[in-house]
Amino acid sequence: MDEEYDVIVLGTGLTECILSGLLSVEGKKVLHMDRNDYYGGDSASLNLTQLFRKFRDNKEAPAELGRDRDYAVDLVPKFIIANGELTKILVHTDVTRYLEFKQIAGSFVFRDGKISKVPSTEMEAVKSPLMGLFEKRRAKKFFEFLQGWKDEDPTTHQGLDLDKDSMKAVYEKFGLEPGTQDFIGHAMALYLDDDYITKPARPTYDRIILYTTSMARYGKSPYIYPLYGLGELPQSFARLSAIYGGTYMLDKPIQKIVTDASGKFVGVTSNGETVKAKQVIGDPSYFLKSDDGKIRVIEEGKVVRAICILKHPIPETDNSDSCQIIIPQNQVGRQHDIYIAMVSATHNVCAKDVYIAIVSTVVETSVPEKEILPGLNLLGPIHEKFVSITDLYTPTSSGEADNIFITRSYDATSHFETVVDDVQDVWKRVVGTPLVLKKREVEVQE
Amino acid sequence: MSKQFQFKLVLLGESAVGKSSLVLRFVKDQFDDYRESTIGAAFLTQTVTLDDQTTVKFEIWDTAGQERYKSLAPMYYRNANCAVVVYDITQSASLEKARTWIRELQRQADPSIVIALCGNKLDLAARRQVSQEEAKKYAEEEGLMWTETSAKTGEGVTEIFTEIAKKLPLTAPSAARAGARTGGPATRTGVDLNRQSGSAPGQPDACNC
Ligand SMILES: Nc1nc2c(ncn2[C@@H]2O[C@H](COP(=O)(O)OP(=O)(O)OP(=O)(O)O)[C@@H](O)[C@H]2O)c(=O)[nH]1
Ligand SMILES: [Mg+2]
Repeated sequence: MDEEYDVIVLGTGLTECILSGLLSVEGKKVLHMDRNDYYGGDSASLNLTQLFRKFRDNKEAPAELGRDRDYAVDLVPKFIIANGELTKILVHTDVTRYLEFKQIAGSFVFRDGKISKVPSTEMEAVKSPLMGLFEKRRAKKFFEFLQGWKDEDPTTHQGLDLDKDSMKAVYEKFGLEPGTQDFIGHAMALYLDDDYITKPARPTYDRIILYTTSMARYGKSPYIYPLYGLGELPQSFARLSAIYGGTYMLDKPIQKIVTDASGKFVGVTSNGETVKAKQVIGDPSYFLKSDDGKIRVIEEGKVVRAICILKHPIPETDNSDSCQIIIPQNQVGRQHDIYIAMVSATHNVCAKDVYIAIVSTVVETSVPEKEILPGLNLLGPIHEKFVSITDLYTPTSSGEADNIFITRSYDATSHFETVVDDVQDVWKRVVGTPLVLKKREVEVQE
Repeated sequence: MSKQFQFKLVLLGESAVGKSSLVLRFVKDQFDDYRESTIGAAFLTQTVTLDDQTTVKFEIWDTAGQERYKSLAPMYYRNANCAVVVYDITQSASLEKARTWIRELQRQADPSIVIALCGNKLDLAARRQVSQEEAKKYAEEEGLMWTETSAKTGEGVTEIFTEIAKKLPLTAPSAARAGARTGGPATRTGVDLNRQSGSAPGQPDACNC
């Protein structure tokens, strides 16, 4: 191959595919490769054959689970926040036309041994069984304060400064109990740990508003989900890239990242051939070992995930066809929350009457599987379980010096907001200017 | 009352057999002798009128070149209602490639998908390498529609899309057609991301989910 590209992208995970799509739209000449013969990398959705190949040593999937093609099992449990950043990218790039979305039917939180709906408005807070009578009144005042906040109108501030006062001060002002703080901070602001409490309240305020406005958008939960699984997302952005001239090659083993004497990126060697480009972007798995001895990625922690096939909806969730359950760390004596994400045949990801639940958390001990037990115990009988422990990698440098730009692993958060942060971050390093979403010009004939 | 049905149609086939040219002829009634490999192909739609009561709107997907290195994403044909698998009658290898695509569709696509095998470049019949008998026999064995076309002269092009429209189930409401995104009357059943937020707070989307 003597063609030279502007950018070579390695790995077809969601982060890389969004970047590839946006770069192609921008007019860059992109070559996108993946060592696997399927799209999605670590954010793929697998059919039964692929799932058993990966987790069961190639064993054949039991026939009673149904047809292979009916399955699209996500490797990473995440939902899309209806009003979040990923939705903005989907709409602006018009990738929505390749996808169809459904709501996630319910958002729940675990408290005092029970599963309850997460209240998202003052109305719901008043009805919630999560709080006693007096706590409800306090929570109502807290939500009214948030909804009524206007930066320019000090009478709405009740003496608080979101940019200076900590979230702790805000909780104290309204006298909220620790249990209430748990569901607000973890099930609405979606923090994984309690670090946010001592920091200024503004980001927490923003996250709660994101939750409540997302909730208000479609009604049942703040989350939406693409039919046929999350793996459709990278594929859709790959199509966007291809339509704008991006070249796609799957099933390409990558032997070498070639650099020159000064360590700058030159090209990528696959099947003995070296393709040249000005820059390379890739997921961390392509940079674990380097030929020049440079350490390009480091492990920042681990996530344990258990994909569970159920033959029933999760108990105590009103028979929801899909849901998220958050187990705040404090409720089970941990430092990180445990998440449960469940989808089903309604989302075209499995056979009828099958439910796929993924239980996950950040690893804190040497026996990760034990750490997710509080989650597994909520599921009822588990038909099949596939457990994985994944290293979370982060790049050691910005890439500007050697033109090697590395994305981050998919973290333990239950949504895609940090993925979009990474996209924006990598974009800025690669292109040199912040990512501005332009509405794609569309040509629709009637 | 007149009804409009909307269906997703995908094109498959080896590079340069004329997939994009067939779409261009069908949608814009144009032909381009020096057409480049597909780049920047947007999303095309075209409507076929079956009678004064019924129209069928095709949402047409072109491969955007992803098939070139065996890298076509399964989402491309996953929920397609119909597929036109194209070969070039002057290249026998292109029929082999068409067979591969048809096997893939039979394995991975919705079982109710309507597949049409289409031998293109009929205007070059003097250089024919694929006989009508061979292609027709194969199509019959596999239960496919079959026809020959020329995107250049327009011969057979509208006809193949009309024939497909007639084969599609025009009675079933979309919800009854599991796996089909846009089958049946033209409505999407999921949530609409383009809808402005806050327009109807707390109101469930008008959908059956
Ligand atoms: N003579 C003749 N030439 C045709 C016909 N259809 C397409 N061509 C020519 O064949 C070449 C390829 O046509 P395309 O429509 O670009 O083929 P394609 O299948 O879309 O190719 P890719 O986008 O690369 O996959 C062009 O030069 C067309 O002008 C036809 O019916 N007759
Ligand atoms: Mg084409």
